[in-house]
Amino acid sequence: MGKTLFDKIWDAHVVTEIQDGPSILYIDRQFIHEVTSPQAFTGIEGRGRKVFRPSQITATADHNIPTMDQHLPIKEYLSAFQVEKLKENSARHGITYYGLGDEFNGIVHVVGPELGYTQPGMTIVCGDSHTSTHGAFGAVAFGVGTSEVEMVFASQCIMQPKPKRMRITIDGELGKGVTSKDVILYILSKLTASGATGYFIEYAGSTIRNMSMEARMTVCNMSIELGARGGMIAPDQKTFDYVKGRKYAPQGADFDKAVATWKQLYSDADATFDKEYTFDAADIIPMITYGTNPGLGMKITDKIPSLASVDPSTKDTFVKALQYMGFEPEQQLLGKEVDWVFVGSCTNGRIEDFRLLAAMLKGRKRAPHINTYIVPGSYLVEKQIKEEGLDKIFAEADVELRQPGCSSCLAMNEDKVPSGKYCVATSNRNFEGRQGPGARTILASPLTAAAAIITGKITDPREFL
Amino acid sequence: MAIEKFITTISRVVPIPIEEIDTDQIIPARFLKATDKKGFGDNLFRDWRYDKNNQPIADFPLNNPKYSGCILVGGKNFGCGSSREHAAWAIADYGFKVVVSSFFADIFKNNVLNNGVLPVQVSEAFLAKIFAAVDANPATELKVDLVNQTITLVATNESEGFEINAYKKDCLLNGFDDIDYLISKLPEIEAFEKKYKG
Repeated sequence: MGKTLFDKIWDAHVVTEIQDGPSILYIDRQFIHEVTSPQAFTGIEGRGRKVFRPSQITATADHNIPTMDQHLPIKEYLSAFQVEKLKENSARHGITYYGLGDEFNGIVHVVGPELGYTQPGMTIVCGDSHTSTHGAFGAVAFGVGTSEVEMVFASQCIMQPKPKRMRITIDGELGKGVTSKDVILYILSKLTASGATGYFIEYAGSTIRNMSMEARMTVCNMSIELGARGGMIAPDQKTFDYVKGRKYAPQGADFDKAVATWKQLYSDADATFDKEYTFDAADIIPMITYGTNPGLGMKITDKIPSLASVDPSTKDTFVKALQYMGFEPEQQLLGKEVDWVFVGSCTNGRIEDFRLLAAMLKGRKRAPHINTYIVPGSYLVEKQIKEEGLDKIFAEADVELRQPGCSSCLAMNEDKVPSGKYCVATSNRNFEGRQGPGARTILASPLTAAAAIITGKITDPREFL
Repeated sequence: MAIEKFITTISRVVPIPIEEIDTDQIIPARFLKATDKKGFGDNLFRDWRYDKNNQPIADFPLNNPKYSGCILVGGKNFGCGSSREHAAWAIADYGFKVVVSSFFADIFKNNVLNNGVLPVQVSEAFLAKIFAAVDANPATELKVDLVNQTITLVATNESEGFEINAYKKDCLLNGFDDIDYLISKLPEIEAFEKKYKG
């Protein structure tokens, strides 16, 4: 019987299997950041050990950093201390570290692919649930806890039970103004926030094939929001072209050799999945969320479901979510005034996202009452924004471009949304308090975010196309 | 560095009958700035437990003197969202030994196990029974027996089995730690590397 893409990569990395237990899985690359690594360094040093394979680990500071005045010392003491710890720990163990001001600094899941660390066929982990992003390259990539970060420090392995396999196939052409973010929000609205728990997803179909690498990363990024261990897409010519020539990608003849291997990375025609879903691209339009988990989403033109239509077992959660958001059942959100717009994060902080934003803002202005956080995913993205002159379009639209970082996605730095205020965000989570205590998050695509900047309201971006 | 050994637990419970409890609620991001594992229990469920003025919210179960014990019971899809192990540290630091739900997020389940806290997955029906029993009588006790993999409502003796893989069960019962285990496997890992990297 044939193998799935996931099985091919997983099986090639199993050092050994424990009977009725997890596998010892070899990890090709671990990314680390300042928030989930310090205790793992303390742990391994407490055991009197050094990091086993430091050249297979890459560190960036991203979660805690300010997105203004990065040339100045970080003002907040605890944030500064955590970033300093990462720098010291990396140096002591011989790990490459991209700190503030480094030309390659940025959000870990933006930096990995753009530097060519992320390659097809790899196993990749990071103490961060959005590690699933790297699956867009045909890698088995997933988030882990700090104990597991320490396991990789100690042995370049982790212990994992093998997840089940799910395939989600989407075929057809996406309509005008419909982005890959809308695709994943649509899937979430159908499968719910726990619809893929216990599974590893492969995304397939012509809609996925037609997406750019950036767009594929957005889809894979939010796999964890479905509860999945990770999500992946079989590599193709687009993948190889993206990886080619990047700093840490194989070069020259080594690259050609690698591509020959990567071409074997697909699910065999007779491979079977534990669960399959298929969707039609024609059914997808711009999407927004209305609740406090990413599964509570709808088409932007729809009304919030009625109480009667909600599964009785989830009614309390639904009511609690609407209470927090200040919404009513059956309310339409089109035209609803919002206060903030956040464009950025590992979900939508890549160059393509800022091109979409700029294309819509060009010749238009920010609604006066709207506050923005416009945050590139990395220094390289910021550089490209400037090279392409997108920063001038933002300035003309009266929108401020900030410096790279995770920013208002989880608001560990100063980029918070005030209590009770509404924010249209291109990030990945609308949990209570995610963007600051009491903040109300509405997840959407960069185009829908751009439309909200212009009108100050929840607006169907297709009106501007 | 061993974890604490898990022994059969009989305790009252703290019920939080809400679904989709994400790790941002268990420990909000602004409390992730520590570089050690201590003290996270103080901020467990911070924004549900305290109001804007840092005053305890009286009817939240952790503040309600009716409820006590080392077993936390939550609704479906407990621990979803961020991979932050700080959520597991907060639960362990507060003093919980067991978390019961009808469904756990994968990463969270690994994280609590790695900190000696047992996640017990029960059926929707049994979870509803626990919530109803605690609602009727807050002194309701649960017995969690890891050796026999059973969870029991002590008063009525209603019981259900739960699953855990044999390796993890062994680790919890004996206080073994995955990292020590992996270090013991380093020769095998190096041999694998040699073959794998060619």
